[in-house]
Amino acid sequence: MKSIAPYRRPYWNTQPDYLFPKYASSVRRAPTQPLVVLPHTLSEVTAPVFGYDDVKPADSDLTRQHKGEPQGERIVVHGRVLDENGKPVPGILLEIWQANAAGRYNHRVDQHDAPIDPNFTGAGRTLTDAEGRYRFMTIRPGEYPWRNHYNAWRPAHIHFSLFGPAIVSRLITQMYFPGDPLLEYDPMFTCVADEKARNRLICSFDWETTMPEYALGYRFDLVLRGREATPMENRR
Amino acid sequence: MSLRASTSQTIGPYLRIGLEWMVIEDLAPQGAAGERVSLEGKVIDGDGKPVNDAAVEIWQANSHGKYASPEDAQAKPLEPGFRGYGRSLTDDAGAFRFRTIKPGPVPGPDGKLQAPHLVVTLFMRGLLKQLVTRVYFPDEPANAGDPVLSLVPAERRATLVAQKKGDGVLEWNVVLQGRNETVFFDF
Repeated sequence: MKSIAPYRRPYWNTQPDYLFPKYASSVRRAPTQPLVVLPHTLSEVTAPVFGYDDVKPADSDLTRQHKGEPQGERIVVHGRVLDENGKPVPGILLEIWQANAAGRYNHRVDQHDAPIDPNFTGAGRTLTDAEGRYRFMTIRPGEYPWRNHYNAWRPAHIHFSLFGPAIVSRLITQMYFPGDPLLEYDPMFTCVADEKARNRLICSFDWETTMPEYALGYRFDLVLRGREATPMENRR
Repeated sequence: MSLRASTSQTIGPYLRIGLEWMVIEDLAPQGAAGERVSLEGKVIDGDGKPVNDAAVEIWQANSHGKYASPEDAQAKPLEPGFRGYGRSLTDDAGAFRFRTIKPGPVPGPDGKLQAPHLVVTLFMRGLLKQLVTRVYFPDEPANAGDPVLSLVPAERRATLVAQKKGDGVLEWNVVLQGRNETVFFDF
């Protein structure tokens, strides 16, 4: 049996710890016992495959899921999914969800006093193409209050869920917008010490993708874990 | 070229908006070779309260011990229509459920076979990154020699083994903190 090249372990300070007391909900949900280091076996380096039976092209346009047009500013969000070795990751499933332009989620537990938009569900999905590219049309989400601490507000963000080629490269993250004054107050955004890692969660304005008289363009690239170059024997 | 992996962020409380379209609680609706099993359980937080906003995902081989993934090069048969992936979103009681096929053994670190298991990924509000764990099967002699289970302190191994609840029904709970805290892996 040929040995399996494991996936790289996270670089120092670029991934959050489970317990992060500034994020109050982590206190009663983070594990308290030591984690057991998992060797990467066939079970860890494989992952489900999704295709066009799962996702329709229209699923990537969040502005055309209802009879009317949603309120708010139309935006294009696009980018590439690469791995840590710089290789594009083709054919993977991306799922996104977000608040509407007023900062309200179409969800029963969201009690924020801002209007629901009957023309906006706030969910989309797509597959990356052969070069790892993806593209969504949506509206810019609003900021909204939450109860983590006094006068707490989440910066505008879009949730991203990705399946990579391995179950250990599964990633759920959030995309933020450039220049948002709420970022520095947000315990999610500030959950890792590495400033460069944080800033990679902010998309960039993309004039090339901006559609004249229709929608601003933003670019957001994502990086999934990559494999170590050489298979190592008896790795634990 | 070397890049750093994107920083994980919490799934937050509104996961249903984005993930509910692909809830897969029956992994073999058209049937597949192998022993049918149901897995039921709850996710419980550090206050003993049910977690009603968790996404529980499972990943498994088919009954021949083959993953439906291009990364699995073993010469074993695939089962048409069996992807091996399940997603359940917990309800108000913190409960999740799957109906599936017991997986066959797959190779482990030294080419020795692992005991049949499911890989479990958990996302929820309060977790800035996913938890990864495994479910093993009760009355399975191979558990004793499993290379991953043997890395777990003996007194905690039982948290990774489902319990028989009825005919073909297994129970396995996720305890996030405290006594009987489930073993989670540094993946």
